[in-house]
Amino acid sequence: MESKPKGKLAAYFHFPQGDGLSTDEFIKGLWRENPVLVQVLGMCPTLAVTNSATNAMAMGLATLFVLVMSNILVSSLRNVIPKQVRIATYILIIATFVTVADYVIQAISLDVHKALGAFIPLIVVNCIILGRAEAFASKNGVWASFMDGLGMGVGFTFALLLLGFIREILGSGSLFGVSLFADSFQDWVIMILPSGGFFALAAWLLLFNGLKLRKKETQPEQSREEVLI
Amino acid sequence: MTEETMEKAKTEVGSFKMFQAMVGIGILCALAIVVTYQTTLPVITKNKAEALEKAIYKVLPGAQTRKNFQWDGQKFSEADPSDHSLKDVIYAGLDGDGLLVGIAIEARGQGFQDAIQVLYGFDPEKEIIIGFYVLDSRETPGLGDKISSDPGFQENFKALAARLDNSGKKLEHAIQTVKHGTKSKPWEIDAITGATISSKAVGAILNHSAQFWAPIIKAHIDELRTK
Repeated sequence: MESKPKGKLAAYFHFPQGDGLSTDEFIKGLWRENPVLVQVLGMCPTLAVTNSATNAMAMGLATLFVLVMSNILVSSLRNVIPKQVRIATYILIIATFVTVADYVIQAISLDVHKALGAFIPLIVVNCIILGRAEAFASKNGVWASFMDGLGMGVGFTFALLLLGFIREILGSGSLFGVSLFADSFQDWVIMILPSGGFFALAAWLLLFNGLKLRKKETQPEQSREEVLI
Repeated sequence: MTEETMEKAKTEVGSFKMFQAMVGIGILCALAIVVTYQTTLPVITKNKAEALEKAIYKVLPGAQTRKNFQWDGQKFSEADPSDHSLKDVIYAGLDGDGLLVGIAIEARGQGFQDAIQVLYGFDPEKEIIIGFYVLDSRETPGLGDKISSDPGFQENFKALAARLDNSGKKLEHAIQTVKHGTKSKPWEIDAITGATISSKAVGAILNHSAQFWAPIIKAHIDELRTK
């Protein structure tokens, strides 16, 4: 983020921003700064509710909603909120949207609400949301904050789904509740238990860090070649 | 001195501004919550009623229609099925010929994390519990929430004894949860491994509720049958 102060300043002063920057804000959360796979934030819901793809999806979408809405509100009120009470105000805003999401999920599907149980109210203390409010929305324009929240939320949902897929396929032999294998498949019960969450997360982190490392290794060589040329 | 007063004035303005911002945003948030609550309430009530409706037929195998009865401390009287605000309501399940199959009863109690709300079917003829369904729980996903999904655990509630003693005032044997694999008596519930607290909570909820309802239903069975 620090690498482009010009863009940030522009975003601060005129808030309907040019597309180039906001697309970047979106992609950033999705991949380069993915909240789960890169920043390793919000581990409680990541490990707790990803025992099935449906739960992962619902949790991801609920968080996405809260993230986007709180980013928008925090960003539009950023000049009104005094610095001393900003954290309290952010929590207030976030808690409001979590309550809204809680009611909406209950209205859409009681079963999903039942499955997510205690974890919906806990979105309030998800550090990704407070983190984005403090680190991004309070310093940037509304449009950029919206894109940032969207990117981070989609990135979070994506990471949760990766975990949910693996855990549900191996742990219950199904995907989104649809049975995948014949009866002969022996479920890996450990995958739907909390320890399975750690295993699945570790596997994905290994893969992503491996990819990153490979990219790093190849990039300096390229630049060296460029220098030589 | 002047500097000091100026400094003071500054902080005072600051705290008023803080107050203003907090209260303003607070009101905004309260408004948002109230609006959402009011708009979603009818849908949520409808969803819950539908879930209860489905659950009643799940815990009373063979039932095709149902009648709601309200207990006023003395006798049962038929209640309006669409009124969900009534208390102490039980659901009598009737088969195709209008004969009583069993009574569905709502019960709640403390679980591992929060209150567990269940519905169970009671057969007053045989004095057994014939069905069990978790209406609402916040038990740990993957462990405690198995009380609603584990097939082995559900097996407990096909014919769980809730027999009255000779006085007819309480159960002969209290319903209780035992360690997984050690169930030997018909009034025992076989616990789920890794979800002992949730399983025990279910046992306690059922026992508490059956101790209250079974004697009443037994004594007033004619009121439920003839109406």
